[in-house]
Amino acid sequence: MKKILLGNEAIIQGALSAGVSYVSGYPGCPSAEIGDDFAKIAAKNGVYVEWATNEKVGLESAIGASFSGLKSLVNMKSFGINVCSDSLLPLAYTGTKGAMVIVVADDPSCWSSAQTEQNTRAYSQFGHIPTLEPADPQECYDFTKLAFEISEKFNTPVILHTTTRVNHQKMPVLYEEIRNPNIEIRKGEFVKDPHRFTTMPPRTLEQKKELLEKIKKIQTFAEKSKVNKIDLSKNKVGIVVSGVSYLHVKEALEELKLNLPILKLGFFYPLPEEKIKKFIKPLKKLLVVEELDNYLEREINVLTRSINPKLQIFGKNLLPVIGELNTEKIYIALAKITGRKFPEFKIKNLKLKIPNRTARLCEGCPYWYVFPTLKRVAPDAIFTGDIGCNMIAGFAPHNIQDTLFSMGASLGIAHGVSKSTNQKVISIMGDGTFFHAGISPLLNAVYNKSKPLMIILDNRITAMTGHQQNPGMGKTLMGEVTTEVSIEEIARACGVKNVKVLDPINIKELESTVKEFLAKDEVSLIICKRICALLERRQAKK
Amino acid sequence: MNNKTFNLILTGVGGQGIITLLQVIDEAAVVEGLDVKSSELHGLSQRGGSVEAHVRFGKKVYSPMVSNGQADLILALETLEGLRESAKAGKQTKLLVNEYILPLMGAPAKEEIIKQLKATQNDLYLVPASADCREKLQNEVVCTLYMVGYSVAKKLMPLKKESVLTAIKNVIPEKYLDLNIKAFELGYNG
Repeated sequence: MKKILLGNEAIIQGALSAGVSYVSGYPGCPSAEIGDDFAKIAAKNGVYVEWATNEKVGLESAIGASFSGLKSLVNMKSFGINVCSDSLLPLAYTGTKGAMVIVVADDPSCWSSAQTEQNTRAYSQFGHIPTLEPADPQECYDFTKLAFEISEKFNTPVILHTTTRVNHQKMPVLYEEIRNPNIEIRKGEFVKDPHRFTTMPPRTLEQKKELLEKIKKIQTFAEKSKVNKIDLSKNKVGIVVSGVSYLHVKEALEELKLNLPILKLGFFYPLPEEKIKKFIKPLKKLLVVEELDNYLEREINVLTRSINPKLQIFGKNLLPVIGELNTEKIYIALAKITGRKFPEFKIKNLKLKIPNRTARLCEGCPYWYVFPTLKRVAPDAIFTGDIGCNMIAGFAPHNIQDTLFSMGASLGIAHGVSKSTNQKVISIMGDGTFFHAGISPLLNAVYNKSKPLMIILDNRITAMTGHQQNPGMGKTLMGEVTTEVSIEEIARACGVKNVKVLDPINIKELESTVKEFLAKDEVSLIICKRICALLERRQAKK
Repeated sequence: MNNKTFNLILTGVGGQGIITLLQVIDEAAVVEGLDVKSSELHGLSQRGGSVEAHVRFGKKVYSPMVSNGQADLILALETLEGLRESAKAGKQTKLLVNEYILPLMGAPAKEEIIKQLKATQNDLYLVPASADCREKLQNEVVCTLYMVGYSVAKKLMPLKKESVLTAIKNVIPEKYLDLNIKAFELGYNG
């Protein structure tokens, strides 16, 4: 059937069509809909879906499923791969049993990402993990199916590398509708095979050899694969392009009324080197179009030495390393290479003086009670910030965020500042982030005897990424009732002696507790527990 | 960039219903047998910040994004965001702006915003979508469909009324269908 799908929805349909049984991951923008929307249809399709507590656990969860013979899908945003890399790299060594596809969604231009403008493609080369790059939702569907095929055939995890403009792009997609068979959730069987599933020297080095041989075979497969496709033309100026940039290239060429040969790479790793050589051999000029870092350009520069040393290669000298690409950036680069004139794109310049409308706390958000109170009670404190809605502490009118790094980093850094200075330090973190990466730094702060005040803003859900369930809620992604984990009990078990749970609407109590705890000579914790206002309104409607 | 393709930019503030608006327009284009691509943003940008989405439809569409100066129509659900987006307008760009202001610290007064909008020299359609929907339908959120109704009636968007109505039926949950159709009609006749 043909229906308008979001890139993320197309990935779900592709995975269903490939027969996926097990889905894990951690919610982040722009990939979160993969888990959220899968959960709505999983049970009747015999698929198990979960949100793991973090991406590393999510990947390991899928490794367990794969070793038990099930096909699995893991989904995360760019930074997720940093978290799970410790298990991802050995997984390339052991290989998979049941097919596994890992969706990693980058966010060029940082539309919904704080920490860095990460280009995840480095992991593909560094970890030897085959990687496909779709350009649009149709390819999201087709490439997900292909990724499962490759994983099945070569027993390797396959990364489906996407970007915001792919995940959050919509178009009519042709796909095979899976009719809800209402089958039972599928189960596998773990057949013991420690030779295969453990990495321990000297076996580790054997596995590395096996991996490199496997990649050679996959490279041969990539050479023949239709996803590395050539748009033919006899013009001596050519283009190599990957991902969503292909769409912008097509658009720019139409506008310039140019017909240039294009090699669109569906594989990022391993690269079809012979196909690339054949493509660049007759060319005089080549533009390499890729977002962020110049991985393809560097590879092609090496390949051209033996095949066409006179080839003039353009890439990051004409296209930016920072920010996503679009039609106009590529248009201008192509116009320069082909000696065409190019118009000014921005026609109006009104010199508008409008303040930016940055994200703000929602109406009735419980954080409205916390930030002003902290600012008033502890104006001189160092505030270490964390990922989630609490990042808004950094915007006006609050402006109380002295550091912002990665999930859980607020407390790790607060500990370091506390040990290094005589200043008061307050770390601010949400409940979702605490379960993801907050427990380990809390334990560290207690163990190593520092004295930050930790504030956990427990709004009873993982809110920022679109209201995902977390271990503090007593509900799983599939809607099952589960143990409601208590942040207070975890903190006490970590050895925190000063713990207070309060409703931040009681500002006086919050104020006096902050004062009391800031005077302590050890780690203390205030859990500000009040439901997310959006969630509360939604629940009231039901 | 291709002049056969209709280029639309939707803008407003997170939470105003841009994603649903985009869904209806996408679907209406498909109902008319056209190719369509759109691009939207979720997450951080949605928490009460400025939101911008792009829709392009025509015979064959590649990129989901409208280049600067190339929009045929900028549809703004909020007046100040309409002014902000007008910086990306070209000569041919029409501005359809909801006369509705969400407060923002440091923003110019309403009169000043409208004055600046008029100074753009683009064809400007300033409509009281939110106010009308609040008054006649007791619901402000459906101003999105009002704006679509208005742009179809005034031929600011090359889509047929029937296609949009079919699209609304295909996209909007039954519970809210009637309300959304009413909002569309209100804008269409507005």
